[in-house]
Amino acid sequence: MGWIIPHGVSTFTPEIDRLYYIILVITGIAFVLVEIGLIYFSFKYRAQPGRKAHYIHGNVTAEVIWTAVTAVTVVIIGIMSVPVWNKVKGRNSVPAGALAYNVTAKQFEWNVGYPGPDGQLNTADDFKVRNQLHVPVNRDVVLEATAEDVIHSFFVPAFRLKQDVVPGMRMRIWFRATEPGPYEIACAELCGLGHYKMRAFVTVHTQEEYDQWLAERAAQAQSEAQPSAVASR
Amino acid sequence: MATTAAVVDHATHAHADDRSFIRKYIFSTDHKIIGIQFGLMSLVFLALGGTLAMMIRWQLGFPGKPMPLGSLLPETMAAGGIMLPEFYVALVTMHGTIMVFFAIMPLLMGLFGNFLIPLKIGAPDMAFPRINMASFWIAVSAGVLMMAGFFVEGGHAGAGWTGYAPLSARPDLSGVSLGQELWCLSLIILGLASILGATNYITTVINMRAPGMTWFRLPLSIWALFIASILVLLAIPILSGAAIMLLFDQTIGTNFFNPATGGQPLLWQHLFWYFGHPEVYILILPAMGFVSDVLACGSRKPVFGYHSMIYAIISIGFLGWIVWGHHMFQSGMNPTLGMTFTISTLLIAVPSAIKVFNWMGTMWRGSIHFTTPVLHAVGFVAMFTIGGLSGVFMSSTPVDIYIHDTYFIVAHLHYVLFGGSLFGLFAAITFWYPKMFGRMMNEFWGKVHFWLTMVFYNAVFWPMHDIGVHGHMRRIYDPSQYDFLKPLAPVNTFISISAFLLFATQGIFALNFIISWFKGEKAGRNPWKDTGLEWSTPSPAPHGNFEKTPTVYNAPYEFSVPGMAEDYLPQDQKADQSRAPAGAGH
Amino acid sequence: MANATMMGPPAETQPATGVYNGKVGMWIFLGSEVMFFTALIGSYIILRFAHPEQWATPGQALNIPVTAVNTFLLICSSVTMVKAFAAIQDGDQKGLRMWLVATVLIGATFVSVQVYEYVHLAHLGLLPSGYREGSDLANAAASGVAWKAGPALPAAVGLYGTTFYTMTGFHGFHVTMGVLCMAFVTWKAFNGKYTVADHRGVEVIGLYWHFVDLVWIILFTIVYLM
Repeated sequence: MGWIIPHGVSTFTPEIDRLYYIILVITGIAFVLVEIGLIYFSFKYRAQPGRKAHYIHGNVTAEVIWTAVTAVTVVIIGIMSVPVWNKVKGRNSVPAGALAYNVTAKQFEWNVGYPGPDGQLNTADDFKVRNQLHVPVNRDVVLEATAEDVIHSFFVPAFRLKQDVVPGMRMRIWFRATEPGPYEIACAELCGLGHYKMRAFVTVHTQEEYDQWLAERAAQAQSEAQPSAVASR
Repeated sequence: MATTAAVVDHATHAHADDRSFIRKYIFSTDHKIIGIQFGLMSLVFLALGGTLAMMIRWQLGFPGKPMPLGSLLPETMAAGGIMLPEFYVALVTMHGTIMVFFAIMPLLMGLFGNFLIPLKIGAPDMAFPRINMASFWIAVSAGVLMMAGFFVEGGHAGAGWTGYAPLSARPDLSGVSLGQELWCLSLIILGLASILGATNYITTVINMRAPGMTWFRLPLSIWALFIASILVLLAIPILSGAAIMLLFDQTIGTNFFNPATGGQPLLWQHLFWYFGHPEVYILILPAMGFVSDVLACGSRKPVFGYHSMIYAIISIGFLGWIVWGHHMFQSGMNPTLGMTFTISTLLIAVPSAIKVFNWMGTMWRGSIHFTTPVLHAVGFVAMFTIGGLSGVFMSSTPVDIYIHDTYFIVAHLHYVLFGGSLFGLFAAITFWYPKMFGRMMNEFWGKVHFWLTMVFYNAVFWPMHDIGVHGHMRRIYDPSQYDFLKPLAPVNTFISISAFLLFATQGIFALNFIISWFKGEKAGRNPWKDTGLEWSTPSPAPHGNFEKTPTVYNAPYEFSVPGMAEDYLPQDQKADQSRAPAGAGH
Repeated sequence: MANATMMGPPAETQPATGVYNGKVGMWIFLGSEVMFFTALIGSYIILRFAHPEQWATPGQALNIPVTAVNTFLLICSSVTMVKAFAAIQDGDQKGLRMWLVATVLIGATFVSVQVYEYVHLAHLGLLPSGYREGSDLANAAASGVAWKAGPALPAAVGLYGTTFYTMTGFHGFHVTMGVLCMAFVTWKAFNGKYTVADHRGVEVIGLYWHFVDLVWIILFTIVYLM
């Protein structure tokens, strides 16, 4: 509690958390200096009988110093942010060979489209699971996300990952989970009266578990979809 | 319609005041009365917006429990006293909308823009007194329309105060039709009032300064109001345009934001934030100006770095136009643009920091009289600093990925808008109250109000940083839905109880405000021994303001000038006239 | 004197810029108007770049000759406005009234032609939402054949209809407001309220009128000709 960022489980975590703590230290120092300064000045220079304020209009040196120090500090923060941002969301940030899934957001659920046994997305053997994203650990994963109705935002706090999903646009969201386990997916953009319950899960498996799960679900989907699939083709 | 006829052939008299009650207090063209009208309207909306916040806090602190008095609400809002999700999103939307557009903005611009500009520049009234009056009544009608939304079928707008399309454009998806249309219409009409007001203020400052009132003798409050007026003038029409497009999308089937026919949802966000970020500075710049005035007077010292304060105001006003994208880092906007907006956003920290350091410099080696307005002004600096520093987190795009749309943002914006704007407003209201009503507000209760507000305010908003860092999303009706938010429930309860206490504390201010109006100690012309022109005229100032047009000889903050008997030199007093005999041979 | 209190500074003060308040105020207000039309035109540009295929070839759906004549009329009204201002500067009351009446009439004509154009287009099948179902335009677009000596019409014109009606509509609204204010100024001119020394109302409404005229030239170019 208290400004400590919770444990995270993706490759983005260390870098984003590090940046967060660097900014926390920098702003923390500024915060302490200003607030202590204000309290100290309030006591030291409070009106007392016989005290007269000094007739001072400013001090160019002091102003140049604090302008320059602030400017340099913020530029450094900006420069440190660039590579991390590029890694997570840059134009060509999605690693080659990432496992791909389709994610379709609609009021108020996340539908995940999985590649079937052929390992290819957008083929006939794809299957869909509602509100369940299953991925293998330590593999690059990319979500091809769209929204059907309004803007939603794909948010996995444990991955430090958030991306708005806009109807009419295709978003490529990538990550690499580092620890197996179930984590919650939330919608972070107000999307209607059911916004608060637009909750889903991402389950990070070991590779073996994942392969097993995928095979089971694919077979299950195959048997369920068989009659209709034949009829429609 | 005797009143309209009376208004039409109205001519400005400087002294004779034989106007009827209606022309003097209702359809008045006197900038001071219009300012006070704006003030009273906004204070009512402030209380209303606060009430909505209390309901939000009840739901978050005690999810699923029946609200006290909740059974008085109709079934469409709360079932058996338990708030419904659709009412919750309407509350969130309207709390933001009312506070930004109908409380803080009209308090800063409507009340103080009107009240202070002519008085402080030595003008008898605004450049266009009747347009000024029209501006107020247009704003009132916008407020009535906005309130009407609560009573229509389908409930009030529920797409957030940012009204993101397509949710706001699609009644079938939001469940709200007329409410959202009223929301658009009201903002369009309020926009007209704001633009008329801004035109008036800018013209007045440019054209009606008293002889000797050069640009670099203007008090910082006027500089801030002037720059904020320019921002209003240029930003509000963008909002009007966007709201018109949204209204058309809802009503006549246009396709601006409809993705099915090629419309662009992100276009709304670009338009909204292109307006919205200058709007943020409209909401803080005037407060910064008021605080500068109050701190200088309270410290009995000239403002430290007066010129750099002005350049800081101007550069904040300018930079405000090129940072809108930082609201959209996670929106799917071109990521390369993210970089540009990071840099411009971080740069805005520089003029903000200059201002904070200069305020501290103003206190340094001063002789600070901690009256209620000065307490609020120091409180402003302390709280605005926190809001400014927490902004650095989200300007860093990678950190923003995590904290965007969480309570960290809620904490940040309230530190700027409540800790900043509202503390600035408390300072300004208590400082200029004697000039408005001719009486002082009660100092004791003023101080009680300040300290309780300071304590409860921080108890409400400081922990929000913490739950934000734990990923708590904004605008969530029921956080107990999520496992990772469950441990935060006690914090939410703590915040809610603090919020109720904070709200109750404002009752002290309201009572002090009302009772002082009738029973307050009579104020003289210049109760704070300040240097501004407004203090050279009686309290309350008469219609026409000044007995004779003042001539300005001095910079705005000539306090504690060496060799003078008094520790302040009013702007309209020649230095040698007030020099004490002892200092004559100096 | 009513005019002086409406636009002029209250007694005693000397405008710091040497320009009277009404004129300064109108220039400032026009700054706001520029931003309003910037929002509309900016949105138009963004939508058109995103979906150029929704735009019909110029002259196919919209009647350029009729609107060109209308544009010429509006430019003429700026000339008559200048004439009115010049007349009162010379103290020519008769000229002032005549040219103001001409300006009001031309402005009203412009709006009327625009209303006629809307009715005609709606009949033909272009609505703010796109094609009207079952209309001539919708049928022609669906059949994919050449239309009016041009290529085939776009399959969908949702954004085209949206931006056309919004942009021209808001300009038309501004012209209408201008005509109403101009009619008020004309009424005052007939009551002899303007003099050689003080004719601020005429100048201020003239500024607005020229602005609206200028905006139309831009809109005509990008909406009709491009």
